[in-house]
Amino acid sequence: MKTTALNAGPVSSAAEPEKDSRKGESKKTSRINRFMVSPSVLVLALWMVIPLSMTIYFSLIRYNLLYPGDNEFVGLENFQFFVTDFGFMAGMSNTLLLVGAVLLITVVLGVLISLLINQAFWGQGIVRILLISPFFIMPTVNALIWKNLLLHPVSGVFAAIWKFFGATPIDWFSEFPLFSIIMIVSWQWLPFAILLLMTALQSLDQEQQEAARLDGAGPWALFFHLTLPHLARPIAVVVMIETIFLLSIFAEIFTTTGGGPGYETTNLAYLIYSQALLQFDVGLASAGGLIAVVLANIAAFFLVRLIGKSLTEKQ
Amino acid sequence: MANLTIKNLKKSFGDIEILKGIDLEIKDNEFVVFVGPSGCGKSTLLRSIAGLEDVTSGHIMLDHKEITDLAPAKRDLAMVFQSYALYPHMSVRKNMSFALELAKENKEVISTKVSEAARILELEPLLERKPKELSGGQRQRVAIGRAIVRQPKVFLFDEPLSNLDAALRVQMRLELARLHHDLNATMIYVTHDQVEAMTLADKVVVLNQGRIEQVGTPLELYRNPANRFVAGFLGMPKMSFLPGNVTAIDASSVTVELTSGASVTLPAASEHLRKGSAVTVGVRPENIDVVEPSESSLTGYMDIAESLGSDTYCYVKTDGQETLTVRMPGNFACNYGDRIGLRLHVDECHLFDEQGNAVQKPSRMAA
Repeated sequence: MKTTALNAGPVSSAAEPEKDSRKGESKKTSRINRFMVSPSVLVLALWMVIPLSMTIYFSLIRYNLLYPGDNEFVGLENFQFFVTDFGFMAGMSNTLLLVGAVLLITVVLGVLISLLINQAFWGQGIVRILLISPFFIMPTVNALIWKNLLLHPVSGVFAAIWKFFGATPIDWFSEFPLFSIIMIVSWQWLPFAILLLMTALQSLDQEQQEAARLDGAGPWALFFHLTLPHLARPIAVVVMIETIFLLSIFAEIFTTTGGGPGYETTNLAYLIYSQALLQFDVGLASAGGLIAVVLANIAAFFLVRLIGKSLTEKQ
Repeated sequence: MANLTIKNLKKSFGDIEILKGIDLEIKDNEFVVFVGPSGCGKSTLLRSIAGLEDVTSGHIMLDHKEITDLAPAKRDLAMVFQSYALYPHMSVRKNMSFALELAKENKEVISTKVSEAARILELEPLLERKPKELSGGQRQRVAIGRAIVRQPKVFLFDEPLSNLDAALRVQMRLELARLHHDLNATMIYVTHDQVEAMTLADKVVVLNQGRIEQVGTPLELYRNPANRFVAGFLGMPKMSFLPGNVTAIDASSVTVELTSGASVTLPAASEHLRKGSAVTVGVRPENIDVVEPSESSLTGYMDIAESLGSDTYCYVKTDGQETLTVRMPGNFACNYGDRIGLRLHVDECHLFDEQGNAVQKPSRMAA
């Protein structure tokens, strides 16, 4: 749902400058040009319009897979139902918490770790590859590794450590369910931040650092006055890209907690899934999907306003 | 006061020795230029003085205080970098005040010092701009301003003009010379450009392969180079070198037979020269005249002539296949392949022995 809506933006905005720039040219070439691009525009439009209009249609009718044939028009009832549902507020706050916490962890740790491995040391190449590798592991596999090998209260590595120190092992998924999800997702996305920040650090000007050292800057001053401003742009990129993907985290929740206990780890993506395929209410799920699209677009709008400005600014 | 003394300074990167024992004395208010070809160690020497490189052995002393192992910021030096190294996200004002703010200087003092530096460098209208909004020359000035506000004992410049275009370079060169007078500061300047070395320096230090070849005023080095390297390095176009053998020795002069067969008699203190020893005669372009072929024993063909308006540089191939550069007036006319004779101003020629060391002239020795 979300991806189709996100596609809508670029398609419509790309069409506008096209119109303007064609004005000066002869009518014939412009007609040929339009003819040549029309197949791809058409495919894109169908790709976007058909699922979107179907979703809108489903959201306005009663459509439960358990009651086939009972599909009368209900207006905005599905929307009202979805928004007033207890799971909606929980899903909203969990989504925000998840995105915010993972962003914080990946950016802070990402900066620190990339600074650390930017120093020359023996085995640097191997360490870098190891640090990047979690990113290549599939989300489901990642979640299963954490669930069965690391966080498992009986056979997990964490439990073994706790027992070694004589403590009672923690049942992570029942005691700190959302925090566990945050850990898993952070582990998956930290390499992405490290990758971007590490490459950015390599372009940090050496002479500027030397000039600052002559000016009397210690390690802290160097970090806050030179390194961090230099990393502002890559950090913005990390925040933007991660936000887009973290809003729709699903596999990690599905494989570990299944949204529970209660609604404690249910985010919007999981809530929609549970409406459609656990409660078989396609109409309600469609309404939820449309709401999620609107929310994602609001988030995207603010992100682009905030970060896009610093990205397009010449450096 | 700022007297810098360097004693037997050595620096190696792994097995490669970059500085092979540098001894140097820099006096207060001197403008010292380190000059030499790429890789001669001049930048390493400057960075060692700045504290950006750890030295392998030796001592650096500023006013009799050992600074060899001191942190860069504690040495009371300021450096202007080749790339200017301005802090990109700070305004010009912030760039200049950064060092003072780190030193926790009083706000009013900072603002006075910054505006004073901005006034000297004519940066006042640009104080709120970011480095990226400045031209190359303006950035250069900010980099200098950043050094000035700290009121260091010694200014260090690492090829500061090499990123500027030719016209701006001449202008900044003049401004630097003026700044040296106005600030009455001790400056150390690294360049590979001999014009900058000749025009700016009170004292030129010629470096080659990690060693000091010669130290002296620009004119001293130009007129009386200690060896072939210095002779060939300073002067534009380069000094021409003619190999030959000593055929006759007299108390105050030496006769040399050149490869082409021509003989020249030069005034020289001939103590350690022997008959038959191989020598090189060095002659600057301005110390050769073009004459009729019949008037001279040294003859050759005109190769290319470069006319610069004020002067014409003629490249001549002698019959012994030596190449010579001759400076003639701007209105000098000649054609490619013309047969010509050459007359050397023997009093101004330099004689180098087999090791490339200059053979002293008797008159200079007396003086």
